[in-house]
Amino acid sequence: MTYEISIQGKNYRLELSQPEGRWSCRLNGREIEVDAVLARPNVLSLRIGNKAYEVKCEHVASDVHIWVGSQRFAPEVRDPRSLRSRSHAADEQGPRKLTAPMPGKVVRILLAQGAEVEAGAGVVVVEAMKMQNEVKSPKKGTIQKILVSEGAAVSAGDVLAIVE
Amino acid sequence: MFKKILIANRGEIAVRVIRACHEMGIAAVAVYSDVDRAALHVRKADEAYPIGPAAASESYLNIQKILDVAARSGADAIHPGYGFLSENANFARACTEAGIKFIGPTAAAMDAMGSKTRARQAMERVGVAFVPGTSRGLESFEQAQQVAEQVGYPVMLKAAAGGGGKGMRLVHAAEDLKSALESARSEAERAFGDGEVYIEKAIINPRHIEMQVLADEHGNTVYLGERECSLQRRHQKVVEEAPSPVVDPDMRRRMGEIAVRVAQAAGYTNAGTVEFLVDQEKNFYFLEMNTRLQVEHPVTELITGLDLVHLQIRIANGERLPFTQDDVKVRGHAIECRIYAEDPDNNYFPSPGKITLLLLPSGPGIRSDSGMYEGWTVPMDYDPLLAKLIGYGTDRDQAIGRLTRALNEYFVGGIRTNISLFRRILNHPDFRSAKIDTGFLDRMLKQKNEQPDFQADAEATEVAVIAAGMFATLGSAAAGAGERATRDGASVNAEASSNWRVAARREALR
Repeated sequence: MTYEISIQGKNYRLELSQPEGRWSCRLNGREIEVDAVLARPNVLSLRIGNKAYEVKCEHVASDVHIWVGSQRFAPEVRDPRSLRSRSHAADEQGPRKLTAPMPGKVVRILLAQGAEVEAGAGVVVVEAMKMQNEVKSPKKGTIQKILVSEGAAVSAGDVLAIVE
Repeated sequence: MFKKILIANRGEIAVRVIRACHEMGIAAVAVYSDVDRAALHVRKADEAYPIGPAAASESYLNIQKILDVAARSGADAIHPGYGFLSENANFARACTEAGIKFIGPTAAAMDAMGSKTRARQAMERVGVAFVPGTSRGLESFEQAQQVAEQVGYPVMLKAAAGGGGKGMRLVHAAEDLKSALESARSEAERAFGDGEVYIEKAIINPRHIEMQVLADEHGNTVYLGERECSLQRRHQKVVEEAPSPVVDPDMRRRMGEIAVRVAQAAGYTNAGTVEFLVDQEKNFYFLEMNTRLQVEHPVTELITGLDLVHLQIRIANGERLPFTQDDVKVRGHAIECRIYAEDPDNNYFPSPGKITLLLLPSGPGIRSDSGMYEGWTVPMDYDPLLAKLIGYGTDRDQAIGRLTRALNEYFVGGIRTNISLFRRILNHPDFRSAKIDTGFLDRMLKQKNEQPDFQADAEATEVAVIAAGMFATLGSAAAGAGERATRDGASVNAEASSNWRVAARREALR
């Protein structure tokens, strides 16, 4: 398996294989000695050389976060052979989705369909645990679509609006 | 002794009280709202009864529904926990009328301490110092002006029925007084249905120190030492510790004796807490009395070796305090972190949702009082407190060391929590040297966090890259565990489990 992985804008090329059940690993062409035990679902005990790490994999809405000890990373993993990752990359340039950061209730919609919006401007207000949170536009553009109505219950990751 | 106790609460405190019941051989009855059927307190209880919709006003705050469950289940006492109905004198009265023992003070004692102005009047009568100002609600703007001049600016306007910072205004200069008074009044009216507002001198960046008291129903009252609760955000406590680093034995005795006098003045019984503001010269002033078990009671339990919930139940059962003031000894140091479902990257906004992975800390000096479990969905309808992590040590440094170690073991996945905030606090030089006051946390949060949201540490980044690739390779096989993390190993594992299933089916068919 070969992956292109980017973290914080830096790109890595990772080659992984498991001849006879043991991992063999090359990072940017450099051979690395690794040994891994899945301690429980989503928890890997890694040995790199003789250094030991506990690594956690966390699924947050549609994102995957990797925790090394108490440090958090948001890697983007692409399998260059996979079609899905290519279409995902194209998605970044086009319309952007506004998603609910947590489950809650839509209490207000601040901008109407077709309205101009600045980057960072609030579009939808979601309430949870008696606190209100403005979901902000990730870019400057126009509101292509509002997908929720006031009073609606939403789950984390639900698309609230699309900005073009 | 009681045979069965109903716990009129949810979350970690309901679990805490259920555990105490079971330790004493008492059956525990849980109540739950529609969104709490899967909550931990329901799993731990002996009996559980639904009490209605998610909205607290239609479930956990509904006195009649709770009394109905008490009657149906045959409970002989009710523990209210904290929050919800715990400081509601009408509830205490209704319990008594229904012939069910309320585990807490009497309704009369709650009435005496429930209003901040009435409590100040009571303190005036027994000669306990409170922050200079009025002990009655303000009658006019002119009166407010006069008192403010007398005590000197800055002054604080406070709602008599207040709590949680509502109806509270800090006024720095005379020209701001009028508008502040009007807005405090209307906010208090809206929040508590009572616009009574009083005035006191503002003590800038005080310490907030409280004294635990315990009184039986035979006239014996003791104090169990103080808790330092200066670390607050939006007037909510975040970290508490006992003993306070600034209180010496002499100050503890003076504060404790006053707290006992306060409790006795109110005819107080059961567990209660007397809160004080402490200025830079260590003068302390009565602030208010909390007529319930506090969230932060475990730090007192650890340094005194007492179990406050057991004692609450024994006192409610009519027993005498099993020790005297001289028997109470403070030993070691304890610090509590309140783990909230809050997003540190989004101004600590609540973050409910499903807990997909939970790794709990353990080991020497660590206590975890929790209301959550892996796979549980934190509902969006209640306070975001998930759990409390308490570290105990021979001294403050050891307690900090143990707590820091435990925070590094602690992992809650799927939702955001404020665990990272405690790492920052416990590492902060001012916290380490105990230079803390109620402004500490706001000041710390204004400083730029040296730890960015996402890390860029070169070594850890490489580890994350490798692990990300492995998780991607394992895919759904990462759901198996305890095996060498290989695709082959995982599939062998799956076959093994199905063999077990085949064998079990064969057994069942015999």
